[in-house]
Amino acid sequence: MTNSIPEIEDADCIFIIGSNTSVAHPLIATRVYRAKAKGAKVIVADPRKIHVSLIADVHVRQNLGSDVALINGMMNVILSKNLHDKTFIDDRTEGFEKLEQKLKDYPPQKVAEITGVSAEDIEKIAVMFASSEKSTILYAMGITQHSHGVDNVKSLANLAMLTGKIGKPSCGVNPLRGQNNVQGACDMGGLPNVYPAYQVVTDENNRKKFEDAWQAELSPKVGFTIMEMMHGLEDGSIKGMMIMGENPMGSDPDVRHVKHALEEAEFLAVIDIFLTDTARLADVVLPGAAFAEKDGTFSNTERNVLRIRKATEPPGEARADWQIICDISTRFGLPMGYDSPEKIFEEIAQVTPSYAGLSYSRLEKGPIPWPCPSKDHPGTPILHKDRFTRGKGLFHALDYRPPEELADEEFPILLTTGRFFPHYHTGTMTRNSITLDKEMSEGYIEVHPYDAKDLGLTSGERCRVVSRRGEVITKVLVTDVVEPGTIFMSFHFMEANANILTNAALDPICKIPEYKVCAVRIEKLVEEMKDHGIRAVVNG
Amino acid sequence: MMDLNYVRTTCPYCGCGCEMLLETVDGKITRTLPSKTNLMNQGKLCIKGWNVHEFVHSRERLTKPLLKREGVLQEVSWDEALDFTASRLREIKGKYGGDSMAFLTSAKCTNEENYLFQKFCRVGFGTNNIDHCARL
Ligand code: SF4
Repeated sequence: MTNSIPEIEDADCIFIIGSNTSVAHPLIATRVYRAKAKGAKVIVADPRKIHVSLIADVHVRQNLGSDVALINGMMNVILSKNLHDKTFIDDRTEGFEKLEQKLKDYPPQKVAEITGVSAEDIEKIAVMFASSEKSTILYAMGITQHSHGVDNVKSLANLAMLTGKIGKPSCGVNPLRGQNNVQGACDMGGLPNVYPAYQVVTDENNRKKFEDAWQAELSPKVGFTIMEMMHGLEDGSIKGMMIMGENPMGSDPDVRHVKHALEEAEFLAVIDIFLTDTARLADVVLPGAAFAEKDGTFSNTERNVLRIRKATEPPGEARADWQIICDISTRFGLPMGYDSPEKIFEEIAQVTPSYAGLSYSRLEKGPIPWPCPSKDHPGTPILHKDRFTRGKGLFHALDYRPPEELADEEFPILLTTGRFFPHYHTGTMTRNSITLDKEMSEGYIEVHPYDAKDLGLTSGERCRVVSRRGEVITKVLVTDVVEPGTIFMSFHFMEANANILTNAALDPICKIPEYKVCAVRIEKLVEEMKDHGIRAVVNG
Repeated sequence: MMDLNYVRTTCPYCGCGCEMLLETVDGKITRTLPSKTNLMNQGKLCIKGWNVHEFVHSRERLTKPLLKREGVLQEVSWDEALDFTASRLREIKGKYGGDSMAFLTSAKCTNEENYLFQKFCRVGFGTNNIDHCARL
């Protein structure tokens, strides 16, 4: 996030797009409610009726995957009504002329046709956003999990820069990270193209710096992303894999393909706290420790670095994951002698400029947001205050591209995926919690009453959902939460996992799979099949 | 005498990063309470946070290293599991080169663990084949 969570409360206008905030980030939703109570306007752009859309001043339900068009339409209105921030554009940005030119192609009437949102609503939300003093944008996976996810994010940055709503309190472009430490995993260089603190591996100075710090020879080549790794396993360029605390068998699109890839590995090692579907495929499984059984730090979505502390011992012979890595590394021939997470953190601070001023003793007093470049620096709750990381902010002139897979005769319905409130991700943790399992012990698909009528489906019965990649059998809930022609499903429930159906089409730049849109058909089950319980069938 | 403790820590679920207190009795977590002083959550948690301790003491947790023998995962000692892992990694690097290994690190693990894992990948194998499920 460019701004901190508490600031949301003082915004005048909150634009929520592609985030089911009350489900995925409940304590951020709290801030939205408080802002609303203080008089803020709330705009929600989401194809589904969600909790935050019920309190919204305007809820627009754009067609799945039409976000770039919607945002271009808003910006078209802002320009034509002269609501853009000329001083900000002149002083802080470049590339405005190209954007201006591009936006001519997106008048509200045309955008209405692409997005299914009326021209009046497009105008209304554009004016609301641009004319409020403190406007903030909140977005989540509904924006990023598309084959054009990077374009979606750039479009939101365009909107914020065009209106000068960035680098100021209660403004900004704020991605809400789905998992607790996505931010930290990225900060620490858990990515194929960057070392810690986003220092690119192809830059020779960076490489020299890390070669000196680590006393090793490093590769100048960008590595494989997760989906490329899976392809690599299949074509033989990748032979072995180590997986720590991830369950790609549940979380990756097109599970059939992932299973096939992992089975091709000559060697697969998994470190985890449960025997996940991924761990079952491994040659060796090493039992790690849960968050409550070890010391360390997490970095939350507002870039706050927070301590976690050991409260209890790991069960049986399980060990902290950092100890396991040290043990393997040492036996592998690369001795790692860290005797505590604090020692590791001291090394992190040395090589990670944005963490340089942080230490366990400082974090003892409470979280600190990075960048924190020195011991006396208080941390940075608001990014881009006086300048952008690259100097001037760059506008991107972008065109709308439809999703990779559209509905057709054979697969006439669009499936979109997300979370349900009691559960989390692939359900590994939440389904092992008695209370949360009781709240919701099996998944279902949401089907609009019109479609249900067409298909002869009623709430509570089971049906078969089929895509080009596989099929699952799951329960039906008839509800107008979804629009006609679309269904919604989660990936919490491994026995009926949406990711058996989803499309692995990737964004060309950041390689995010297109979870949020794929084409399916629904089949009513014949009478005798109905009691079989939920099951998943993987084709092939 | 009963050993009662409150340990301040951070929720492992979503990116909000609520701070919480884990109440432990004789080393077992009995309850989760919200931190009142944290500026973000200010004494609140969501349903996942309030029940966070339940999965920690789940009986389904892995408690011993497992090694696959004849297609079946079997419990083994740490020494055996670690030696096996290290020697297979050396073999693969020796036979096919470091770029033939891939590492998936975790948005659920700590910063320290993520740092070590990518360092192991980059230094141990001379490759940048490291990624995680942030995209997912
Ligand atoms: S308590 Fe709920 S809102 Fe807070 S971090 Fe945990 S999951 Fe997120």
